[in-house]
Amino acid sequence: MKQKKKWYDFLWIVSLSYLILGFFNILFAWLGLLCFFIPLIIAIAGGNKAYCNKFCGRGQLFSLIGGRFGLSRKKDIPKWLKSAWFRYGFLIFFFVMFFMMLWNTYLVFAGTKDLNTAVTLLWTFRLPWRWAYHGTLFSDGVAQFAFGFYSVMLTSTVLGLFTMVLCKPRSWCVYCPMGTMTQLICKAKHVTSSRKK
Amino acid sequence: MIKRKAAVSIRECAACGCCMKICPKRAITIHKGIYANVNKDLCVGCGLCAKECPASIITLEVTEQ
Repeated sequence: MKQKKKWYDFLWIVSLSYLILGFFNILFAWLGLLCFFIPLIIAIAGGNKAYCNKFCGRGQLFSLIGGRFGLSRKKDIPKWLKSAWFRYGFLIFFFVMFFMMLWNTYLVFAGTKDLNTAVTLLWTFRLPWRWAYHGTLFSDGVAQFAFGFYSVMLTSTVLGLFTMVLCKPRSWCVYCPMGTMTQLICKAKHVTSSRKK
Repeated sequence: MIKRKAAVSIRECAACGCCMKICPKRAITIHKGIYANVNKDLCVGCGLCAKECPASIITLEVTEQ
């Protein structure tokens, strides 16, 4: 029995387009905030992980490339990768790096620092990305945030692709910071709602 | 009669929903965004979810019925 495809089964096209658009104009990176706020809003308001379960385009992209196209060894992930300390530790690490990126953006907004037109891959490698910068109408900080945010998105995609090839297609979902965070929100919500009863 | 049913290690589940998506019997739901829950009455023990699970935390357990 094959389940009929729904509209949201094609959201991988959106995820792929997002990555491609970043090669042409970095300001498109701002759209990535949707992937941050939608899962959080669903988890806070709805108390579920419908975003991961249905709408996550990145997860769909991994299952398409790794599953359908077979670019995955389909082996079990190492035990430490699914352990609680790694999942929560990675979430904290991601948060710290994210706030450092925001701080950097603030410094550019404040005029203390000049705009850096590079995308930082895996928090280490600075890739020159000037070709995707065509100026901004507002402050340089707007572009700095775009470069920073695109770095986060590209880094997580590269990590996800890496574990997709080595392990199972959607291995990224096991340690995805957004997934860990929304699950925590759901847990907290469930605890408070069951106390009320 | 001996039957095989999917069992999820709830503590390790990331609630990603891959199992729910692949289940041909729609026997799996994500309980309150916290873990995957298998409806044992609907599960036919095909093992597709165990294969799909990115964390490999679903096993097929033998149950007497």
